[in-house]
Amino acid sequence: MDDLTRKSWQLRRDILEMMDRSKAGHVGGDLSVVDILNVLYNEVMNVSPKNFGDENRDRFLLSKGHCADALFAVLGDCGFFDKREAIETFSQYGSRFIGHPNTEVNGIEINSGSLGHGLAIGVGMALAAKRKGRSYRTYVVLGDGEMAEGSNYEAMMAAAQYNLDNLCATVDLNGLQISGTTDEVMSTAPLNKKFEAFGWNVIEVADGNDIAQLRAAYAKAAEYKGKPTVVIAHTIKGKGVSFMENQISWHHGIMNPAQYQQAIAEIEEVLA
Amino acid sequence: MSITNRQAICNVLLEAAKTNPDLTVVCSDSRGSGSLTPFAKAYPDQFVEVGIAEQDLVGIAAGLAAGGMQVFAASPASFLTTRSYEQVKVDVAYSSTNVKLIGISGGVSYGALGMTHHSTQDFAAMTALTGMRVYCPSDHFQTEKLVQELLKDNLPAYIRVSRSATADIYDENMPFVLNQANVIQSGTDALIVAAGEMVPFAKEAAEELESLGFSVGVLDMYCLKPFDTKMLLEMASKVPVVISVEEHSQYGGLGSQIAQALCANDPKPLVEMHLPDTHLVAGTNTEIFKEYGLDARGIARTTLQAIEKSRGQSTIPSAASVQ
Repeated sequence: MDDLTRKSWQLRRDILEMMDRSKAGHVGGDLSVVDILNVLYNEVMNVSPKNFGDENRDRFLLSKGHCADALFAVLGDCGFFDKREAIETFSQYGSRFIGHPNTEVNGIEINSGSLGHGLAIGVGMALAAKRKGRSYRTYVVLGDGEMAEGSNYEAMMAAAQYNLDNLCATVDLNGLQISGTTDEVMSTAPLNKKFEAFGWNVIEVADGNDIAQLRAAYAKAAEYKGKPTVVIAHTIKGKGVSFMENQISWHHGIMNPAQYQQAIAEIEEVLA
Repeated sequence: MSITNRQAICNVLLEAAKTNPDLTVVCSDSRGSGSLTPFAKAYPDQFVEVGIAEQDLVGIAAGLAAGGMQVFAASPASFLTTRSYEQVKVDVAYSSTNVKLIGISGGVSYGALGMTHHSTQDFAAMTALTGMRVYCPSDHFQTEKLVQELLKDNLPAYIRVSRSATADIYDENMPFVLNQANVIQSGTDALIVAAGEMVPFAKEAAEELESLGFSVGVLDMYCLKPFDTKMLLEMASKVPVVISVEEHSQYGGLGSQIAQALCANDPKPLVEMHLPDTHLVAGTNTEIFKEYGLDARGIARTTLQAIEKSRGQSTIPSAASVQ
């Protein structure tokens, strides 16, 4: 297991502790998106606590804002703030670590939480970089259920219209949402063809929980010129905890003590 | 007639862009109706077209601002404040991005295009958002001063302007302090508080009543939020009755704010003049104003009735005598 893969499992442990302490959060989506966040923050993006005030830092937007829990774990791990504070106060009275990304937390670019907002904001950020001659890239992570929001398609048009090859979207395609499978609730498939038709470069990642595959996809995305790129990452909701994987009820399920112990035991077994 | 307020905004932005390369105008197929074509032509690299996509307009505007731009986003008030309401709430107001939203053709500017194009709820909608400032300037002099002031800060604001030109009230040397209502004249019999296109009508009405021997104050409350309660109370303290006039519904607009301020500080009668809560009559904006008494004559009539009532007698010329 390479270091980054190991880190993904350590982050899963952090997320589970955060969920257990808070009895809140969106654990299923956190576990599907965490590898994407891990690769982006630890290998792909030029952003860190040190350069966060720098105009040329890469920009990140978590459009599927309800998975802020996973983002807080990653940001804390990168040193944007004390990770223990996030784990111990998440969703608690008076905490800045609420259930969605907000700028009271260092490392967060803009407030988000309502779905279908991130891509348009990302278009604006990427366009500002082009206009101002700045080198930064903008990364937006969306959910496949979120792709039912019509505002995404307005932003997709604009990204292609302005040839924003400095914009990279990722769809965390785990196939499930709060009421059922995405195909049952409102099919957003075929996302690859939709993005292509809207003028995007599409990169599919067969296993979006695999660090090596994600790494390769983002490297290709950074090289592509002339069009915005979307990485469609086929992930598993609840990835890493056997009883959560591909289970709709774990969208924002709360673990009982026995379930938490089992989940942690499964993670520790992988790490051992 | 003078120039329109949207033209005035474009002129200020053209001037500012000479020294500010970050100033960016964003439109949703609305550069013509926003009178922003001259800006788009003069500064194509500082102009962004998003097509007929108002949600995108506001989201992209917020992203541009987060990327270091100073953004003015213009779209018809009716769509900007309803179709993209959530983007305004989250991406602009809550996120406190440097986006100034220009609601063009506000109120009933679009006339016979009908209810889909009227914005008679925008004051209510926009003032309700935490972090949003709301302005409705009257003439082009005030509009210019307002936009010049707003260019100095990096906070969100919504500015509603009408489609047609408003009669000049001020001149280029007018006093202007951001968030301070403009006193047009003081009075002791009644106070008329108005905003936007209603201000010249209020002024004309007050002058007509003056010719009949009444002393009527007129206050231009272009700042709906933050609301200038201090100036309102100062002016209201001199009169027994206040009249509010707005090109907006009765819910959550100028009249509501005046009622709130008076009730909490200096309770006295208030007569609210506004558009009715119904499908509005077809016609030009002038015809619509007349239909609902929102013109100089209607305001004079209503003010006179209010003065009569406040005196509890009818020894003064009847309201009917006002032509």
